Amino acid sequence: MLKTASFAALALSMSALSAFAQTEITWWHGMGGRNGEVINEISQKFNEAQGECHLTPLSKGTYEEALASGIAAFRSGEQPNILQVFDAGAATIINAKGATVAAEDLITGAGKPFSRDDFIPGVRNFYADATGKFIGMPFNSSAPILYFNTDALAKAGVEAPKTWEEFEQVAPKLKDAGYIPLAASQLTWMMVENFKSRNNQQFATNNNGYDAVEGTKLIVNDDAQVMMFDKLKEWADEGYYGFYGAGWSDNQKPFEEGKVAMWIGSSGSFGGLQKTAVMPFSATYMPYWAALGEGTQSFIGGAALFAMAGKPAEQNNCTAAFFSFLTSPEVQVYWHENTGYVPVTTAAYELAKKQGWYDQKPVAEVGIQQLMLPGGDWSKGYRLGFYPQIRSVMEREFNRIFSGEVTPRQAFDTIQSEGDALLARFAKTAN
Amino acid sequence: MTDTSLPDTPTRLRRWLDSLRSAPAKRVQFDRPLTPWAFVLPQLLVVGVFFYWPSVQAVTSSFYIEDPFGFGATFVGLENYQTVLASGEYRSIAGFTLFFAGLVTALALGAGLLLAVKADAVIRGSAHYKTSLISVYAIAPPVAGLIGMMFFDMHIGPFVTLAGWFGWQMQVGIDYWDTVLALVLVSVWKQIPYNFIFFLSGLQSVPVSVREAAAIDCRSGWRRFYTVTLPLLAPTAFFLLIINVTYALFDTFGIIDVMVKDKPANNPITLVYKVYLDGFKGNDIGGSAAQSVILMGVVFALTILQFRFLEKRIHYG
Repeated sequence: MLKTASFAALALSMSALSAFAQTEITWWHGMGGRNGEVINEISQKFNEAQGECHLTPLSKGTYEEALASGIAAFRSGEQPNILQVFDAGAATIINAKGATVAAEDLITGAGKPFSRDDFIPGVRNFYADATGKFIGMPFNSSAPILYFNTDALAKAGVEAPKTWEEFEQVAPKLKDAGYIPLAASQLTWMMVENFKSRNNQQFATNNNGYDAVEGTKLIVNDDAQVMMFDKLKEWADEGYYGFYGAGWSDNQKPFEEGKVAMWIGSSGSFGGLQKTAVMPFSATYMPYWAALGEGTQSFIGGAALFAMAGKPAEQNNCTAAFFSFLTSPEVQVYWHENTGYVPVTTAAYELAKKQGWYDQKPVAEVGIQQLMLPGGDWSKGYRLGFYPQIRSVMEREFNRIFSGEVTPRQAFDTIQSEGDALLARFAKTAN
Repeated sequence: MTDTSLPDTPTRLRRWLDSLRSAPAKRVQFDRPLTPWAFVLPQLLVVGVFFYWPSVQAVTSSFYIEDPFGFGATFVGLENYQTVLASGEYRSIAGFTLFFAGLVTALALGAGLLLAVKADAVIRGSAHYKTSLISVYAIAPPVAGLIGMMFFDMHIGPFVTLAGWFGWQMQVGIDYWDTVLALVLVSVWKQIPYNFIFFLSGLQSVPVSVREAAAIDCRSGWRRFYTVTLPLLAPTAFFLLIINVTYALFDTFGIIDVMVKDKPANNPITLVYKVYLDGFKGNDIGGSAAQSVILMGVVFALTILQFRFLEKRIHYG
């Protein structure tokens, strides 16, 4: 009895010892639900695949909460090795030089191969600096796409629109068939940022903010941008477009329930929609204006992983090992198929194609194909400080547009001036 | 109106000192001068670490525009305050906060008092009424917000359906005043039980002899309540007033956060929520610090106001 107990104690201390020899690294992220589970699964795969490093993922709530926790932790010297930062927070972390180690430097420094060309074109620039060097490691990337209720379109006898001009043709027919033709979640992402990318329109001065922080100004009260919202308001008044507030799911729900015929959501919404939608649906690219161009690729949404500075070399090597592991085609495909986010490397896309994933789920390919469309000068990305707050200003003004308090022109004039003031404030933080 | 029956401050102070001298039994005597300090030290430490230190930090940060990660900071003097106070949005949020705090306090106190008076009068099965009224208090603010959010959800909310029967297209989250209504209702609902408990115990401590005497003197129940019961409840009411104002200003944060689904857009929010938005979601530390210093000033002024002007009128039995 005593013998078994002492053996057990010995075994326990041995295992503790071997665990001690591993280098511990931590990863803070802002994902929950199924996506959070897949993150845990990937971390476990990484831990099983090698013996030197042990990765612990930790959910910090939402994207914003993850960033706020990361900032607070960094200021008190308790930062994790890896922090997930969302698209709108990219400027905050990238402009804080010294807060992160560039992903590219980290990987090459650890003696691992790295090539920018491995990544699909749409994700190469968003988290990179002006020279194209990867600061953040693209992780969960998504594109805004147009989901449509196939029954509704068949009933109205129409095809999914490729352009907004086509939408104006099909909308009355869908309305006559008893549907609200269109809804869209997060208008900031869909109708401003990706209005800019899909139509190749400049979003901000200083090369969309990539070249400098100082003096960067928004370009949002131009005729094209205001026209988009004039149209949306007009469509809302005619019953072609349903506005359900700033909340993501409030706009998604009527589509799932079959009341709305088409909904612009994230390619990452696919996994959830398969469970919640009551009707058959499919998806296509987000519409663009034929009057403005040919329809360029969209900005990637989602988030990237940043290696925080101030960590010992062996931990950084583990972080580099994990980044390489994460971008391997097998892991990318696993992530892609389980969450609906797009694979970030061409090799992973090819692998998913070869495995027949898109024959099974054609909708899963829409997002990545949209990100691989020809790019324009202004579809690479944007780098704007205090951008989460600028988004809040937009959300406030959009509610005012649809409740009839302001015209789209007035709303965008306000966004322009308040946004520029925020950008000017941000420039002062960078000194 | 000045109440002539109240003595002036020096007289009150003298009486208080007299009362201390005449009642030495209430005073604890320490042999060593340091002993009392040792007893208060833990409390002082807690206050120092969790209040004074952060306050000093907030005041310092409010003079800088700072990189969130702490790399660069530009001293800007009072610019953060100027930006905040000049912002039309901030002023309208301040206006709403005032309106919201006033309304929630008045409704929660009124409803709590009404229910307490009625429950106090019930003889048969009073325990059941009391328990069911109090039980709501066990609900945490975010949970209350969640329940409220479901009740007022634009797609599935029963209250929205109810409003629809009367031809009212209620749109919580889109229409400003519809959202105000939902926020006020949920906030008041959450606070009624707390007020109820205190008012009820206050009512039960009104001596039966006093009530009987009043009943002989006056037939009107309303007048008896107004002239006898209410003044005796004044200390409770004063305490609750402070608690409710604080609740409406600060503790409704959880309810607001859940009900606006962390995307406030043009929906009503309070000043505290704005501090959180700018500081935690917007990473604007300087601006957020300036706002919290302003808020600290408001609370300070409010406290002085309440104790100077209101407490004087209250008679502690």
